[in-house]
Amino acid sequence: MTAVTGVSRRTALKLGTAAAALPLVHIRSAGAAGRLSVGFWDHWVPGANDAMTKLVRQWSDKTKTEVSIDYITSVGNKTLLTLAAEAQAKAGHDIQAFPTWEVHNSAELLEPMDDVVKRLSAKYGPVNSIVEYLSKIDGSYRAVPAISGSQVKPCCSRIDLFKQHVGMDLQAVFPAAAAMGPGYDAWTWDAFLSAAEKCSKAGFPFGMPMGQFTDAVDWVGAMFTSYGAELADAKGNITVKSDAVRQALEWFKRLMPHLPGDVYSWDDASNNRALISGKSALIMNPPSAWAVAVRDNPSVGEQCWTHPNPAGSKGRFLPYLPYFWGAWNFGKNKSAAKELIEWLSEREQAEALCTASHGYDTPPFQSMTDFAVWANEGPPKGVVSNYQLKPGHNAKASIAAFPAPPEMAVQIYNQATMTKMVARCTQGGQSIEQTIAWAEGELQGFNR
Amino acid sequence: MADGATLPIGVPIAARRPGGMQRFMRQRSTIAFAMCVPLLAVVISLVVYPAIYAIYLSMLNKKMTRFVGLDNFSFLLGRPTFQMVIFQSVLFAVSAVILKALLGFVLAHLMQNIPGRQQRLWRGLLLVPWVIPLAMSTLGWWWLFDPSYSAFNWVLNAFGGPSIPWLGATWWARFSVILVNVWYGTPFFLIMYLAALKSVPEQLYEAASIDGAGFWQKLWHVTLPMMRNVISITVLFSLIITFANFDIVRILTNGGPQDQTHLFATYSFQVGIQSGDIPLGAAVSLFMLPILAVFAYFVLRGVNERSKEAM
Repeated sequence: MTAVTGVSRRTALKLGTAAAALPLVHIRSAGAAGRLSVGFWDHWVPGANDAMTKLVRQWSDKTKTEVSIDYITSVGNKTLLTLAAEAQAKAGHDIQAFPTWEVHNSAELLEPMDDVVKRLSAKYGPVNSIVEYLSKIDGSYRAVPAISGSQVKPCCSRIDLFKQHVGMDLQAVFPAAAAMGPGYDAWTWDAFLSAAEKCSKAGFPFGMPMGQFTDAVDWVGAMFTSYGAELADAKGNITVKSDAVRQALEWFKRLMPHLPGDVYSWDDASNNRALISGKSALIMNPPSAWAVAVRDNPSVGEQCWTHPNPAGSKGRFLPYLPYFWGAWNFGKNKSAAKELIEWLSEREQAEALCTASHGYDTPPFQSMTDFAVWANEGPPKGVVSNYQLKPGHNAKASIAAFPAPPEMAVQIYNQATMTKMVARCTQGGQSIEQTIAWAEGELQGFNR
Repeated sequence: MADGATLPIGVPIAARRPGGMQRFMRQRSTIAFAMCVPLLAVVISLVVYPAIYAIYLSMLNKKMTRFVGLDNFSFLLGRPTFQMVIFQSVLFAVSAVILKALLGFVLAHLMQNIPGRQQRLWRGLLLVPWVIPLAMSTLGWWWLFDPSYSAFNWVLNAFGGPSIPWLGATWWARFSVILVNVWYGTPFFLIMYLAALKSVPEQLYEAASIDGAGFWQKLWHVTLPMMRNVISITVLFSLIITFANFDIVRILTNGGPQDQTHLFATYSFQVGIQSGDIPLGAAVSLFMLPILAVFAYFVLRGVNERSKEAM
């Protein structure tokens, strides 16, 4: 019997079953030599999950291992909830994707990966200091930096607006080449402030969020780091009462009048919308904002250019949010889990993943920043050439709250202490000293 | 067949009497208990066990390796941010419940006066906010409040008014989250109060009219006393649910600006899940339990006493 709507009960059941099974991919290999259950991050970029499935199928055929993949969305923090549940139950997937701070939370339950990282580093060079900070616990790597989902957040600016209102040719200063152009060293936070003021006066304020979401925390963290403004040192000593922190907050007091008044309540999509709608001359984001602009507002998309962030007195820093692949020590097939993680981290597979994600994914090795995808993407051609941190950028990867001990840093990061400090002294009417005193109290609480 | 109704032939009466176990199994209370077992299993596994486990978690250290008693609770009480969360949760729950109760009461009276068929239509329409999944409807509200493209601000601007930072300024953000909760929760009060109004015997109003009572006197001396139990239960239930609210703040403000809209649930999530301190998060989420339990005890005791008086 067919329902009035034209959808039969049987069809509805079939659709329901298909929808329920959608995030689960089951790969069965003839003569399976074992089973492996994997929880990967559900990629934003359409087609990226398919590329991952294809690669895993290749590995499965090669090793005769039966693999099932769950693509777990990070929407609604489902990845965090899944990790917490599996850690509590000591059951679940063999391999899991761990967001930035989660390796430390589950370190005791993760299989050591020193051998895998050692072999990969021997082939592709050392991992950066942020990877080490986030995944090396008590001298042992507990996870491997993942290609899929790892991202950096450089500037994505409007070529036309910068030429017109700032007098800066972005493609000349930050060419799609190994070396940066003339004027690169002058791209400092002071130059950024001056450009922000000019663009704001022209009606295209920079889209820099100042709320409690990661985009805000990341860029504010990189700015603090480039002035040497640390809230706590590597031993957990609270160092927020410093001239460097005062200097950073002073800089924000000068910047905030030139940003949109509502940035204190922006989420991670607000800056994307500001760029895509043509209202903003600069944001800091992975290429997703540009990609949507190309689709939804091509006249804006073809004027975008990704380039390194400004430098401060202590250097130039690029916000880096890596994902990790880890194997639970209660997993049933630990050796196969490590084998798959290592195989996926190799150059050929890494390039396939980066290409499928249109350059969004970020490999942990600098030797892998030369994949063709970043040079070829457009319009304009080379738009994401400077998305990855290249040797010519003379910059370092950073994460907000570094170098505080990770168990303290994760709270500084997730509770957005830095952006709240900025908001307190620029929106909340507090003096810089009052703001620092407030932060000191918060940090004492995080250090319990 | 050998069910309990079959009696073997030729066996003396005394010997045919059921044994103690059999008698126990045949008791009505035993049968009732047996029939409740599936429900009890669900309640124990999905309510009692998680609640006890949460209490256990809240008494562990951050690494969950050592029992620390009530240290997490005393630590929280000393934190200014948590003191602010207590204030905000109380402000949010109490003001939202009062507004929902008042609006529900007024709407129930208006609805009561609408004739039959139209009443069903209006009742259905007014229930819509309550039946839409909250996370989805809150997203709709978020678009209305959006910092840059707020539909409300667009209307205000069209009439020459200034834009309002609905989610970016402390008191506007608090107002916004309370407003959405009131919008969502009012239909529950409406439907409960409407059912209570319909159960008030018409003769009482007629008698009051004969005695010369006006609208307010009938409301005060007839309607409210007759609805007292429903009002108590509804307010209690709503207060518990509103204190535990998560979706609205999580979607609209994520606790901002500067933590000034966090509630117990959102702060617990931030501390426990996002910042990796599950015991402290459990302690935050359990904070209102004793206060609400005492409140619930007195409300339910009042309801019981009134029910006994009425019998």
